[in-house]
Amino acid sequence: MIDGATGLQLVSGWGRTAPTAATVVVPTSSDEARRDLRRGGPVIPRGLGRSYGDTAQSAGGTVVDCTSLDGIRVVDVEGARATVGAGVSLDALMRTLVPLGLFVPVTPGTRHVTVGGAIASDIHGKNHHHDGSFCSYVEMMVLELPDGRRLEVTPDDAAFWATAGGLGLTGLVVEATLRMRPVSTSRMVVDTWRAADLDECMAGLEASDAAHRYSVAWIDCLARGASLGRSVITCGEHARVEDLPARHRSRPLGFDPRSPLAAPPAVPPGLMNRATIGAFNELWFRKAPRRRRRSTQPMAAFFHPLDGVRGWNRLYGPRGFLQHQCVVPFGEEAALRTIIERLSASGCASFLAVLKRFGPGNPGPLSFPMPGWTLALDLPIGPPALGAMLDEIDELVVAAGGRVYLAKDARLRPELVPAMYPRLDEWRSVQHALDPGGRLRSDQSRRLGLLS
Amino acid sequence: MIDALGNPQSALVLGGGSDIAVATLERMAGRRLRRVVLAGRSESSLGDAVGRLTAAGCTDVRTAHFDALDATGHDSAVASLFAEHDGFDLVLVAFGVLGDQGQAEVDGDEALRILQTNFTGAATSLLATSRALVAQGHGALVLLSSVAGERARRSNFVYGASKAGIDALAQGLGDALHGSGVHLMIVRPGFVRSKMTEGMAAAPMSATPTEVADAIVTGLEKRSAVVYAPAKLRYVFTVLRHLPRPVFRRLPL
Repeated sequence: MIDGATGLQLVSGWGRTAPTAATVVVPTSSDEARRDLRRGGPVIPRGLGRSYGDTAQSAGGTVVDCTSLDGIRVVDVEGARATVGAGVSLDALMRTLVPLGLFVPVTPGTRHVTVGGAIASDIHGKNHHHDGSFCSYVEMMVLELPDGRRLEVTPDDAAFWATAGGLGLTGLVVEATLRMRPVSTSRMVVDTWRAADLDECMAGLEASDAAHRYSVAWIDCLARGASLGRSVITCGEHARVEDLPARHRSRPLGFDPRSPLAAPPAVPPGLMNRATIGAFNELWFRKAPRRRRRSTQPMAAFFHPLDGVRGWNRLYGPRGFLQHQCVVPFGEEAALRTIIERLSASGCASFLAVLKRFGPGNPGPLSFPMPGWTLALDLPIGPPALGAMLDEIDELVVAAGGRVYLAKDARLRPELVPAMYPRLDEWRSVQHALDPGGRLRSDQSRRLGLLS
Repeated sequence: MIDALGNPQSALVLGGGSDIAVATLERMAGRRLRRVVLAGRSESSLGDAVGRLTAAGCTDVRTAHFDALDATGHDSAVASLFAEHDGFDLVLVAFGVLGDQGQAEVDGDEALRILQTNFTGAATSLLATSRALVAQGHGALVLLSSVAGERARRSNFVYGASKAGIDALAQGLGDALHGSGVHLMIVRPGFVRSKMTEGMAAAPMSATPTEVADAIVTGLEKRSAVVYAPAKLRYVFTVLRHLPRPVFRRLPL
């Protein structure tokens, strides 16, 4: 929405909460991006807007939409490397590179994120326990800074790791070199089974992680009592040609996912409520096989089921929704159980709660993953108890030595950030050296006091 | 910044001594509110409010001078408050006088005081703060109106007219702000047992400042355009507004 008088545009995250007005600019080259960073006032880079909260917006300032800084510049198929514009989406990357036998090293639950956004959030995927997060596969990135400097940084630089999960506050990434994962097909070999309760789910994930590159559990957070934590676990591997059914062997690397469905442009508030989500959860659990081994499915179906419905965030209605993702260290399983119990008892329905085990983190001071259990919740705005319940969950997470994922946050209590990210001050000093003028600023950085 | 659940972190109150405003900020202090500026004509009378908000969890509570009757000075007063404090997430326009209806009917000065405070001063305050909020690209603006503005009554029509005027201005301003990132909300309380009504007999369906505060906090969360306190007054006044004059005139209101 553009206001004719001011030229300002309302910007919000994927959760469609707390929109604020800013000047949105769309540079098409690094030179233009450098100019846009110096327009005056606060500035923040933005990719495809999949951060749920206020990470990629800056009220009263400039939002630099990086999606036109795209282009796949150099592909080294033998060496499994690609140098790309930071505005290129993982979707575009997969459509170009999967047919050449290269997959992205890490993919989140949607293909519609940019490489720059993936770096700024240091995204993770179902293979975190095995492979780590996105920035562990970045060999080099080029940063444009608001004072006009242009830096090329590698994992040997503090600026590199401050940018990994740095929420766009350390400069605008214009280009990156990625290590890709060689694959021989575009399909996955998948095991799926149901777990009757939380213990079975956690034991199932733990047992399967050693044997599988990809694993995740979907939990029914409305189930209570003996069924608390009932879930559907899926584990997968990249299929080899010999794993494919005969009809798929002729074109093993074909990659052309479609999104035939789109959410309607307007949905009344309250469509996603306890009753509808409860019914969906029941159906989802029942339709999963008790146990199915080694079925093959396309990458898109395995990694990106939600990309099948365009604009699915609109289903939550005009008030929007929150995503809350936390991690608690291994050994703090009791805290995880308490969190799921609180959630289930509160009646704040979560659509698609996801549980997964993280492996070791990387050197990024603000990078989210750490060894432990991570739980991600989608929560419609509406129940009056929601804010207090999430505050309570955050306290449990901090007490257990865990943290919440800032790239998804839209409501964390600022006082908790230093406890969750103990290296915050170290990050601040690197950030300050990169942006001594204090120009890079997002609504989130102001809300959480990240820069002060 | 205002978070996804509508909770502000900073607030400016014009009419900082208002019981309703202080009760509202106390509620918000239990959530995310930390920084408050209470602006009023007499800063020394705001000590109580500062104490209450600090006790409720605000970490930075200050007072400032603001005179509702100095309408020509409102633009510069608001601009300097925003500049000095690096903006606000929430502005509450909370000042107002009930006035003396009997006096106002015989004395032009009293009528003028009521109208200049509740309408002229509130109008220039709303317009000045809305410009400042639009420039910062976000925020919530709350006007304490009154159900008295829904239909002027024999017993307090000067006050009622001042509230009807400012309420109408705020409705239009709210529409003008649509799409700007600034949310304007009108609060229409009924009879509130507060400093303003001390010594008066409570009307039916009266509310406490705390109850009005709850309605405001919930309304901001839902991004409502208008809230009533108590909520059922919305329906009561829908009926009262449409009563034939001869009937309305005879009601003991």
